[in-house]
Amino acid sequence: MSAAPQRRYAGIGWTVVAAVCALVLAALWVAPLLWALSTALRPEYETISPVFRFLPQDWTVAAFAKVLGAGNVPRWLFNSALVALLVTIITMAVSLMAAYAFSQMRFRGRDLLFMLAMLAFLLPFEALLVPLFRMMNQLGLINSYAGIVLPQVVSPVAIYVFRQFFDTIPQDFREAAVLDGASPLRVLWSVYLPMSGNIVWAMAIVTFIGAWNNFLWPFIIVTSGDMMTIPLGLTQTYDAFGVRYAQLMAAALLGAFPVALAYIVFQRRVTHGFLAATGLKG
Amino acid sequence: MNSPSARPRRLETVPALLLLAPFLAAFLLFFLIPAVQTLYLSLTDSSLTRTSAFVGLANYVTLVNDPSFWASLGNTFYFSLLTVVPLTVLGLVMALLVDRFTRAGPWLQGAFFLPFVLPISVMTLIADWMLQPSAGIVNHLLGMQRAWFADVHWAMPMVAIGTIWWTVGFNMLMFLAGLRNIPRELYEAAALDGARGFALFRYITWPQLKPVAWTAFVLQLIASLKIFGQTYIMTTGGPFNTTRVTLHYMYETAFTQSDAGYAAAVAMAFVLIVVALSLTQGWVARRLGRQA
Repeated sequence: MSAAPQRRYAGIGWTVVAAVCALVLAALWVAPLLWALSTALRPEYETISPVFRFLPQDWTVAAFAKVLGAGNVPRWLFNSALVALLVTIITMAVSLMAAYAFSQMRFRGRDLLFMLAMLAFLLPFEALLVPLFRMMNQLGLINSYAGIVLPQVVSPVAIYVFRQFFDTIPQDFREAAVLDGASPLRVLWSVYLPMSGNIVWAMAIVTFIGAWNNFLWPFIIVTSGDMMTIPLGLTQTYDAFGVRYAQLMAAALLGAFPVALAYIVFQRRVTHGFLAATGLKG
Repeated sequence: MNSPSARPRRLETVPALLLLAPFLAAFLLFFLIPAVQTLYLSLTDSSLTRTSAFVGLANYVTLVNDPSFWASLGNTFYFSLLTVVPLTVLGLVMALLVDRFTRAGPWLQGAFFLPFVLPISVMTLIADWMLQPSAGIVNHLLGMQRAWFADVHWAMPMVAIGTIWWTVGFNMLMFLAGLRNIPRELYEAAALDGARGFALFRYITWPQLKPVAWTAFVLQLIASLKIFGQTYIMTTGGPFNTTRVTLHYMYETAFTQSDAGYAAAVAMAFVLIVVALSLTQGWVARRLGRQA
């Protein structure tokens, strides 16, 4: 897409105002992360030194080493990676199968069932916390990976987006494969999936980021320190490290790194995925 | 589209249900049953671990007369007041800036959106450090020693600013998509008629963008009403419960006081508000869509 048709018709005055706004806002938006980095690269005593400095005087990665070498941060990062991967893989599999059935197969009650599934859009997850916790408690899934992962795999957004995409694929593909005697799963896997690469990747990355960042559900279902994910664990760091700001910032940046990297590497797919989820772009 | 196909086809109920089974199982267990249970629990006297007697609408009667509930709702709306309009307007401004500068656009977009992909506690940790009373950078630059999160007047606005920094990128993205859907010819035609600068925004961009702006506004309102993590982590609802929001109150009722029945009633009241707003959104968006 090419940008800004109105740019050509704007006066120089507006362009200057816009440039100043852009610079100020960009600086404000980047500054907190840079400040966190500048703090994390100091020795601990320098963070609370009465002499204020924007940059460290003695640059050091000691805080990162300390955080990675002791305490729970490595464990929390591992938990988050495992949980986010499991949530992503299961959500994609479950949603692709359901979307394929909703889009391409004929059965009684299909539209009613689809509408029922879309109810999950309407009701905020927050309203389900109490009964969900009670259920998990009865099933003995408190403080377990299954307990953290499973409630996160119901994704009406993924089903809606995938169904919309499958609707645009000509039915001839499917009919040819069905005539050859392929099972629905086979058709989905070897005919539809290869054609849906872009949208599946976009939704998978967005799901991964969402699961990595999920705070509320792990907060409810996890009570033990070694089952926490990083967003939850980071809220416990005052207990873990005391008020040591270099280490706190190092831990925060380590928790941010995987998702920030995913965003920077897959920028297009991430924007595509988030927009597809709002229905603004297919 | 093309399903069901023009040719009459056999029903495929069994294979379809097999494909749907994993989703339906998860949907039933983790959505439908808990949803019905929230309603049911709200009519009982249950604790967090035990289901007990049916008490009719007693929880709702308590709710209506519960000053703590109304205070938490007030705090929730105060937070929404502080965030919804700024987040919508700033999202629009950022999108216009990204769209305007061809070279710098992608960099601006990256800077504005990056915080949105970070975990909530990364934002809260950084905010907490920046606002630290004695060594924090904000107090240093302002030359004060204010304990922002312990200050009745400043705690909620600071939570709001942190939230704006953290989430505005998403609104920017929605506006950007809306901007790029506006046909170029409209601008060219208006320019031929002599429209320049702000007039183009006023007569072309804004009318075209109105449905997106409305959607962004209502989605933001719903998101703001759902606030919990930011205040819970940064202020734990203090000072003097001035930042204790509705979901925080629900959480405390359920998990600290083990009063699941009453917490479910709070949840139901909350759902009612959010669902009403969601439905309004769809209705108004359709109307605006027709107008545009």
